[in-house]
Amino acid sequence: MSKQTKFPMGIDSKKISGELFTLTYGALVAELLRDLESPLAVNRQLDKMGYNIGLRLADDLLAKNSQIQRCTDMHQVADVLAKVALRSYLGVTAQVSNWNARNDEFSLVLESNPLAEFVEVPPELAQDLRYSQILCGAIRGALEMMHMEVQTFILQEHSQSVEIRVKFIRILEESVPPGDD
Amino acid sequence: MLIQHVFIINRAGSLIYDWDGKVDSTGVEKTFSYPLDIVLDIIDQKVTVVFGERDGIGLRYTVSAINGIPVQACKVIFGGVEKMVLDVIQEEASYPLSIRFQAPTITTNEKIILSSTFHSLYTIAAQLSPALKSSGIEVLTTNHFKLYCYQSTTGVKFVVVGSLSLSSGVDGLLRRIYELYADFALKNPFYSIDMPIRCQRFDDAIRCLIERQDKFSMLTI
Repeated sequence: MSKQTKFPMGIDSKKISGELFTLTYGALVAELLRDLESPLAVNRQLDKMGYNIGLRLADDLLAKNSQIQRCTDMHQVADVLAKVALRSYLGVTAQVSNWNARNDEFSLVLESNPLAEFVEVPPELAQDLRYSQILCGAIRGALEMMHMEVQTFILQEHSQSVEIRVKFIRILEESVPPGDD
Repeated sequence: MLIQHVFIINRAGSLIYDWDGKVDSTGVEKTFSYPLDIVLDIIDQKVTVVFGERDGIGLRYTVSAINGIPVQACKVIFGGVEKMVLDVIQEEASYPLSIRFQAPTITTNEKIILSSTFHSLYTIAAQLSPALKSSGIEVLTTNHFKLYCYQSTTGVKFVVVGSLSLSSGVDGLLRRIYELYADFALKNPFYSIDMPIRCQRFDDAIRCLIERQDKFSMLTI
């Protein structure tokens, strides 16, 4: 990335090349596959990394999008994730679908997954590896900062598309700040 | 300066960042004859004025030097011997005395205590509200200053203490501080969430932001 020529008096969203991001992520996954003993361990590590990223990303998203208020319904959560968050950070929007009867579980479908561009997963790994698992961790971490415990996992992952299932578990009552409960 | 203090308080009520405007706290030095007409007492290990305000020496001012010799925690080297300041002041043979008084300042520990106190007050305000779904304290006004507080959805509080004439653009200022927090603190890979922020670029950005706020007295985002 080019060095900033001026001290950022007004900080706005900075854009970087999507390809740089994709290649960096690919290198990360390749490195993890070399370091760890199994694709399942890689999945866990990607999820943990994503979780740590999500904890910090929540404040970044909220700071730059003042229209986002505390969500009181999973449909609001889904809308914010699909239309604001993913667009802000990945440059794509997702489709929200497959709600269950209790309206506490839904799918985010990314038709073009920016993480998976130019990526081929070897056939021997395709069964176990969840290439975009970091997205699940990031969503879980970000929603935890928003005082919601959710379970996220990849339902389907193809060469260009990915379906992430998000299931609401509970509100983290102990961490809801005063005035917001 | 319009803005005197900036505090960032984490979700548990601990102070993680504070910024001070430069308060030109020049002391007041006067020569006194016996008996001293200012009542002094020891408060929080400092020799403090409790009565007898005059000549720029106010209540809560503390003794910082006697005859040019700095006072260290209620004691001073006087006549080559370390003595309690109050003993020196009560001795007629000590006079005339030149005493320097310092305006009160807030120590770091006091800031930490005050931040925790404000965290509790914020919660109490929300709980005591006669209306449903009230926020906590957003503006606190006194006869000398105003305190503005913005709590993010994640629970981090951004507090600005400013003069009474600071009335416009504070919402934008608080949101801008929140953006700087997200950009310089949270994106620092060495920063642990909820720990004190020690980042030079964050300090620089906050200072520039506040200087700009002072200049234009209105922040447009």
